[in-house]
Amino acid sequence: MTASTESTTPTRGDVTAVLARLRRSLPADALITDPARLRTYECDGLAYYRVTPALVVLARSADDIRTAVAACAAEQVPFVARGSGTGLSGGALPHADGVLIVMSQMREIRELSPADQRAVVDPGVINLQVTKAAQPHGYYFAPDPSSQQVCSIGGNVAENSGGAHCLKYGFTTNHVLAVDVITPTGEQVALGTRAPDAPGYDLVGAFVGSEGTLGITTAVTVRLVRAPEDVRTLLAGFRSTDDAGAATSAIIAAGIVPAAIEMMDALAIEAAEAAVHCNYPAGAGAVLVVELDGPAAEVEHEFAEVERLCQEAGAFELRIAADDEERALIWKGRKSAFAAVGRISPNYIVQDGVIPRTALPEVLGDIARLSAESGVRVANVFHAGDGNLHPLVLFDDAVPGQGERAEEVSGAILDLCITHGGSITGEHGVGADKAKHMPRMFSADDLDTMQLIRCAFDPDGISNPGKVFPTPRLCGEVPGKRSGAHPLVEAGLAEAY
Amino acid sequence: MALTSLTADLAAACPDVRDATDADAVDGVRPSVVAAPATTEETAALLRVAAERDLAVVTRGAGTKLSWGRPPSRLDVVVDTRRMNRLVEHAAGDLIAGAQTGLPLAEFQSAVSATRQRLAIDEMVPGTTIGGLVATSPSGPRRLATGSVRDLLIGITVVRADGVVAKGGGKVVKNVAGYDLGKLMTGSFGTLAIVTEATFRLHPIPAADRWLTAPAESETQAGELVAAVLHSQVVPAALEVEWPVDGPGAVTVLIEGTAAGVDARAEQVAALLGGSAEAVDEPAHLLAYPWQHSPGATALKLTCRLSAVSDVLAVARAAGVHVQGSAGTGVLYGYLPADTDPAVVATAVEKLRATRVDRGGAVVVVDGPPAVKDAVDLWGPVAGLDLMRRVKDQFDPGRRLAPGRFVGGL
Repeated sequence: MTASTESTTPTRGDVTAVLARLRRSLPADALITDPARLRTYECDGLAYYRVTPALVVLARSADDIRTAVAACAAEQVPFVARGSGTGLSGGALPHADGVLIVMSQMREIRELSPADQRAVVDPGVINLQVTKAAQPHGYYFAPDPSSQQVCSIGGNVAENSGGAHCLKYGFTTNHVLAVDVITPTGEQVALGTRAPDAPGYDLVGAFVGSEGTLGITTAVTVRLVRAPEDVRTLLAGFRSTDDAGAATSAIIAAGIVPAAIEMMDALAIEAAEAAVHCNYPAGAGAVLVVELDGPAAEVEHEFAEVERLCQEAGAFELRIAADDEERALIWKGRKSAFAAVGRISPNYIVQDGVIPRTALPEVLGDIARLSAESGVRVANVFHAGDGNLHPLVLFDDAVPGQGERAEEVSGAILDLCITHGGSITGEHGVGADKAKHMPRMFSADDLDTMQLIRCAFDPDGISNPGKVFPTPRLCGEVPGKRSGAHPLVEAGLAEAY
Repeated sequence: MALTSLTADLAAACPDVRDATDADAVDGVRPSVVAAPATTEETAALLRVAAERDLAVVTRGAGTKLSWGRPPSRLDVVVDTRRMNRLVEHAAGDLIAGAQTGLPLAEFQSAVSATRQRLAIDEMVPGTTIGGLVATSPSGPRRLATGSVRDLLIGITVVRADGVVAKGGGKVVKNVAGYDLGKLMTGSFGTLAIVTEATFRLHPIPAADRWLTAPAESETQAGELVAAVLHSQVVPAALEVEWPVDGPGAVTVLIEGTAAGVDARAEQVAALLGGSAEAVDEPAHLLAYPWQHSPGATALKLTCRLSAVSDVLAVARAAGVHVQGSAGTGVLYGYLPADTDPAVVATAVEKLRATRVDRGGAVVVVDGPPAVKDAVDLWGPVAGLDLMRRVKDQFDPGRRLAPGRFVGGL
C-alpha cells in the first residue's frame, strides 16, 4: 500500500480550533455558535435522528466552503454538508463535535444555456428553480423528487435523487455532466466537462450519490431536457394490488416505457382522501397513475394501448386528465401520500426499498402477512414501474412497544427486498439510517472496495463520517487484520453499527 | 523470472494457461503467458498469484480495441476472458440482463432480442465483448436517446488487483445503495480491476424505425440542421453529422417508435431538415467508427458543447480530420489517414484542443500508430487527474493492472 500509514490513528481535533481559524477568515454572521440557533439544524427530513452540531457555517461562495473544509482538514474535525435538509435517510444529520456547512445561501443559477441543453448552478439552488428558469425556453430539469419545491441540487447530487419520472428519464446521475468539488482535504477540483465522456475515470459518476462522503460540490453542470410535446395522465382503479400489478407488467411487456407508473393501495388511498380529497375511485383496492409523454403521435397510440391493457387487467374505472388542472389533481393524491398518512396514524416510518418489478405481487403478499402477524398497519405507495416501494409503516409512539414493532416490520420489508434481489434504497439514500443494513446487501469485500474510493478522496474520514458505511475503512490498512476497537471509532470520528 | 515456475504457479490458479506468442502482444508489448480463467474465482486466484509475484496484467476479451490508449509499460500476463462467456440472467419482465465478461455483445443482443429487447448500445467495433464494452465505453448514434454504457450498467462484479472479488450495484435499475462502482469501472481501460460480470438495463426494441438524411453544404448549415432537430419535440433516437475533409457533409436522424408515430415524426424531421431530406436504409457506416476501414489511421474522439458542433467541424476540416458522430450529444469521432506525418497529427490535435473558443469538451487520441502515440499527448488536459491517481493508488497500489495504458500514465 502506498497510502500513508501515519494517518492510521487520527486524533479527533477540536472544533474550537476550527472556529478560531474561521473567525479570522469568515464574517461573523456566517458562523453560528448560539446553542438555540444550532439546534434548528439538529435534523434533516428524517427527524427521528437528532444531533446538534458544534458549529454551523452559512456558506455564501465556493471560497467559503473551501475555507471551512480546509479548517476542518487542518484540525481533523468532521464536517457535514447540508442543502435544504429534506433528505429522508439522515444524510445531513450533523456531527456533534463537527461543523455543519449549509448551502442554502448559494442559490444562483450561474448559467442557463438552452442551446447547449445545460445549466450551471450553485449547490443550494432549488430543484424546481432550475425547471422554472428553463421552462420559458422549452426545457426542464428531469429529476423530480417529491420534495422538488424545496430540495437543493447539491442534495440531489449527494443522494442521486430520482422521482416519479425517473422510470423513463433516469436519475440525477444521468443528468449531471460536471461538478466542482471541494475535496475533504480542502482542494478545489473540477470534475467532468460540459460534454459527456470527460477523459479519465468517471469521478463524476462516483461522486454523484456518494451522500456527502467524498466532499462538497460548489457548482453543478446539469443537463436540460426538451419539454415533451404531449403529456397524458391516466388514473385507473383496480380491485386489488395484484390486478394493478398485472396491468403494470402488461404495459412494460408491451414495450411501452411510460414517464411514470405509480401505485397506491387501499390504505394509502384512504389517507390521501382524508388529507387532500383527491376523489380517487371509490372502493378501489389499488390505483395506478400512468403518465406518458413525448411526441404527440407516439403518445396517442401508446395511451390507447395503456387504456386497453388496464381494462384487460381488471380496471373498473379509468379517468383521463383532460388538462393540466385535472392532471394536477390526479398527482395531488399520489404526491401528498407521505404526509397524508399523518391523518390516519400518529406516527409512521417512510420506507424506501426496491424489488424487481416482477416480484411485486409476491412481495406485497409478504408485506400484508408481516402486517397481519405484527398488527402493524402498512400503507403502500410506490413507483411500480421500477419496483421502488415506499411502504409507510404506521404506529403510535404513545403505545408502548409499537415503535419497536414498527421498526421491526420496516426492517423486515428491507429483508424482503434483499431476498428478492433488490436494494435497501432506491432514492432516499443510505445515510445514517441504513448504514447498519448495508452488510445485508453487500459483502465486507464489496464495502471495503467501495471505501477505496472514499480513501482516495477522504483519507482521514472527516467528510460526513458515520454515513453510508457501517464501519469505516482505515485508509492504508490491510483488510481483515484488525484487532481491538477500530481507531476511527476510538477517535470518535465514527460509530460502528 | 523462471517461466516454467511462473506457468506452474498460474496453472495452479487457473488450469488454462499457455505461453504467449507474438500474436498476444498488446499494442506491441509481448506478455510471457496467456491465462484464460473460466470463472470469477479463477480470475481472483490468478490475480492473487500476480500480486505475490508482482506480475503486470492486461485483460483481453476479443482483442478488438487492444491498441486503444497507450501500450502497457510492462506486461507479464494477458488474462483472456473469452471462456467467461455465459449470459447469466435475462429477466425480461424486469428489462434487465447480466452476462459474464467474455460474452460477445452480439450474442448478448441475440439472446435478449428473443423477447424484443436490447441493450441500447451500438456495436461500434464488431466482436466487442461485454467486458470490452465496460472497459472502453464505446458509443454510437443511439446514445442520444438512451445514454452510454455508464447510464445502462446497473451491476458489476470485479476482481481487484489483490484478488479480492467485489460487487457494486445490483440487478434493479433504481438503486442508490453504496458508491457506484460500475461508473468508476466504465471506461477505466482495465486499470482498476478486472470486470468479470456486468448487469444492464434493457430497452424494448421499437416496433418501427426510420433513418432520414440531408446534405449539409457548410459547417454553419450542418450546425443549424442539428440545432433544428435537437430543439424540436420529435425526440430523435440519433442525430448524426458527417463532415469529411473533401466534399459535402450530411446530417442524419433516426426516429424510433410505433409504426404510426414514426411516420408522423419522420414527416416532421423531413420538414426540419429541408427539401433535400430523404429516407435511407440503416446507414452501416454510421454504426461503426469512421476509421474502421482505415488501418493505421489516427483515431480521435472530439467532444464539445452542443452549440459548438459547427465550430469543431470547421477546425477539424481545416486540420485534415474526417469527422462523424453524435452531434446531438456532442460526442464526435474523427480520423487522420494512416500515412499522416506524426508531426502533422500533433499539430492537428493541438489545433483541435486550442482553447480560444471554449468548446466544453476534450480531444482524445483513441488509437494511432506508435509514432503518433510517441508524438502526441493522447488525452490532453485531464481535470481531476490528481484524484484519479489517488483512486488508482487505492485500487492498484502495485500498478499491476494495465500499467501505463490510461490517462497520465495510470
